[in-house]
Amino acid sequence: MTALTHLQRLEAESIHILREVVSEAERPVMLYSIGKDSAVMLHLARKAFYPAPPPFPLLHIDTTWKFRAMYDMRARMAQESGMELLVYQNPEAKARGINPFDHGPLHTDMWKTEGLKQALDLYGFDAAFGGARRDEEKSRAKERIFSFRSANHRWDPKNQRPELWRLYNARKAKGESIRVFPISNWTELDIWQYIHLEDIPIVPLYFAAKRPTVARDGLLLMVDDERFPLREGEVPVERSVRFRTLGCYPLSGAVESHATTLPEVIQEMLLTTTSERQGRAIDHDQAASMEKKKQEGYF
Amino acid sequence: MTNITRESSYKAQDLIAEDIDAYLEQHQHKSLLRFITCGSVDDGKSTLIGRLLYDSKMIFEDQLAALEADSKRVGTQGQDIDFALLVDGLAAEREQGITIDVAYRFFATDKRKFIVADTPGHEQYTRNMVTGASTADLAVILIDARKGVLTQTRRHSYLAKLIGIRSVVLAVNKMDLVEYSQARFDEIVADYRAFAKSIGIDEFLAIPLSGFKGDNVTTRSHHTPWYHGPVLLEHLESVELDLTAAQAAPFRLPVQWVNRPNLDFRGFAGLIATGRVRPGDAVRVLPSGKTSVVQRIVSFDGDLPEAVAGQSVTLTLADEVDCSRGDVLAVADNPPQVADQFEATLVWMADEAMLPGRSYWLKLATQQVSVQIQAPKYQINVNTLEHLAAKRLELNAIGVTTLSTDKPIVFEPYSANRDLGGFILIDKFTNATVAAGMLHFALRRSQNVHWQAVDITREAHAAQKQQQPRVLWFTGLSGAGKSTIANLVEKKLHALGKHTFLLDGDNVRHGLNKDLGFTEADRIENIRRVGEVAKLMTDAGLIVLTAFISPFRAERDMVRAMLPAGEFVEIFVDTALAEAERRDVKGLYKKARAGQLKNFTGIDSPYEPPPSPELRIDTASTTPEDAAEAIVATLLAS
Repeated sequence: MTALTHLQRLEAESIHILREVVSEAERPVMLYSIGKDSAVMLHLARKAFYPAPPPFPLLHIDTTWKFRAMYDMRARMAQESGMELLVYQNPEAKARGINPFDHGPLHTDMWKTEGLKQALDLYGFDAAFGGARRDEEKSRAKERIFSFRSANHRWDPKNQRPELWRLYNARKAKGESIRVFPISNWTELDIWQYIHLEDIPIVPLYFAAKRPTVARDGLLLMVDDERFPLREGEVPVERSVRFRTLGCYPLSGAVESHATTLPEVIQEMLLTTTSERQGRAIDHDQAASMEKKKQEGYF
Repeated sequence: MTNITRESSYKAQDLIAEDIDAYLEQHQHKSLLRFITCGSVDDGKSTLIGRLLYDSKMIFEDQLAALEADSKRVGTQGQDIDFALLVDGLAAEREQGITIDVAYRFFATDKRKFIVADTPGHEQYTRNMVTGASTADLAVILIDARKGVLTQTRRHSYLAKLIGIRSVVLAVNKMDLVEYSQARFDEIVADYRAFAKSIGIDEFLAIPLSGFKGDNVTTRSHHTPWYHGPVLLEHLESVELDLTAAQAAPFRLPVQWVNRPNLDFRGFAGLIATGRVRPGDAVRVLPSGKTSVVQRIVSFDGDLPEAVAGQSVTLTLADEVDCSRGDVLAVADNPPQVADQFEATLVWMADEAMLPGRSYWLKLATQQVSVQIQAPKYQINVNTLEHLAAKRLELNAIGVTTLSTDKPIVFEPYSANRDLGGFILIDKFTNATVAAGMLHFALRRSQNVHWQAVDITREAHAAQKQQQPRVLWFTGLSGAGKSTIANLVEKKLHALGKHTFLLDGDNVRHGLNKDLGFTEADRIENIRRVGEVAKLMTDAGLIVLTAFISPFRAERDMVRAMLPAGEFVEIFVDTALAEAERRDVKGLYKKARAGQLKNFTGIDSPYEPPPSPELRIDTASTTPEDAAEAIVATLLAS
């Protein structure tokens, strides 16, 4: 008997899912958000199709408000993987200057939710890989690995296809699409352990360093560029911080930390007493907010 | 807060704090166990899972704070923490206090990572339990100690057995509410043992516990000194995994994808279902039967010396053999079988009932074929386990039936191999997954009846008649004018020297199909037979005209699929229902309206118009003569 570890089994399952989609979908794409979950998903794709490069492009739904270090990582990974990188910015959000400081929830809605729908329609992608995990949030615990979206991208939690064994039904009518979550069964700890074991490159923001920050509305925000409007009396302070999740920099709360290596980050994570999503402003809007966003087409 | 022991997690916490590298090393070698919990709404299932998550420290402070607030607002445990709220997911369900779908939860100990499928216990959700159980190594069947073995306990146990779960835990919950009585526990276990034996569950582990109080869940309870077995978590950490058995079985790899980055490399990618493989092993490609030798096991991290069941791999072979998605690579001297007719158990999962004779897509491992299902031999009552007669299967029904695929598939009995014996059925129109199935065995006749090759081919028949065979399929409501137009078309073709034959609905029902009525199932069989006859006639080179209401899209498309591309010409004789009813040539509408005629198309049985027929005749604006001219002109032009 060869005992496979939990990470080997998770890896095998994810690779199986990636290959099923490539075999059955006409035009797959990988949604690449540059964070650690995307890093793992991309690494799994490279393993699944080796020695060929993954036979689909990477798509980044950009909001123009990501950390600069994320844009650097994006360029590097596109080059290393040999995959085509598509970047989409919702032209209407751009024209109207939608930003997280002035527009609140509209920022996420226009840039991300609408931007994603527009990009999928523009390129005609019929299957999109996403790095969501079931342990992130309660409504995600019930989502299938292959998640169907109507022609106008809506998710119906009451009308999902049963998923049995390793059999995924990828058939769909014209105009319908599937979102596929190959790392559904990974937990945050699995992700970190795998990054550690496989030496997967991640954005340096996950490690502690001195960064200019301001404390605002219960979050520690990093002043990543000159667009950050300082309120009266606010002065950026150099703090040793790192990020547990990455998104738009004005929406991502940092934690004070001295963890500069991966084992130290994992150590902190395991000893910490708050969940990963707490650093995301987006989830606190209302109870069951993620479920509502998802029905509307948010990833 | 309730009184909770979190010793095991404290131990791990120490190691994390003192030596993170040692911790990471230890945790890289954990195995993975998937299990399901089955119980009804009140058995305390969500509470038990919530307890496992909580005691293994998968709950963070912010979640705990939200939980405490929620417990006070909507909880059912007074001022105590309601663990069930941790796992009840969607907003609508939370308000009803019911879990209505399959949800997956995760927790880990020092030894294992666990994936829990949380499945509801209501009868109407058989499909959810079967779904959750299909990937599980073990089932935890919850019983309320006050209530004992109930109908639903039997149902859950039967389904667990049906789906092939080898390890069963009988969790006798709420022991705190029966004063931790050993007598009560023993009574329940004896009851259950008698039932379990009758359905083939010979072994199970019974544990007295309380999810709410935490007895015997993660730590041994001092309330049950009479219990000497393992506590739940201990058992979950040590029970044998299905993968161990799978690795001992013969090698099978369903090919998912052929990797061809350049002309010099051809790799066969897939997840190894059973067994193990090394370079140099002799393998056979099924269904073709060609043999070769494994050359390399290619991976991103370099070639591997061996791969085992559960791993996703890419193999190269020494020879240029034909092998593509859907084929199975197997050990050469012990390959799986290939057949096209089977006996199987079906679990029906769609609102629309299973109809005998209708064709569906069948997906088994990486194979996808068209399949027809016979009427069920019997249906199983999941509560009493009685066999009942059934003509069709409704949502959540379980039945045994025979099915035939349009081409042979590689398979193994489900009891021997979940990957090569488990399948899903997909509706050809809605693309919904409508059933899960388990193959038992191949029917003998499929192995003994072979196609006889004939020397005078269909091409030869057609050439002699100097025409292209066609099936002109007229469809439309009763009284739409199908027979009238078909008759005119046949006369015109005959005059042109064409060899034709007209199959008329009423006439066929006097002979070939006189045993069939007008239920949905009989209508499907009616069309299937007509399709087969029309096909034989086109093999003989004829132009066949058929005039049948043929109300269902699926059956018209089934006939289309029987014929070579381009030979099926669907002609929709489009007449409004009001107009057809006004004409009422045969007086049938009047009878149907009076309730003397059941299942009449347009009245109490649906007509599904063709979305894209080759020809559409609007009888409101076209005379039968003009329609016939147009059809003949189209036919001659093609």
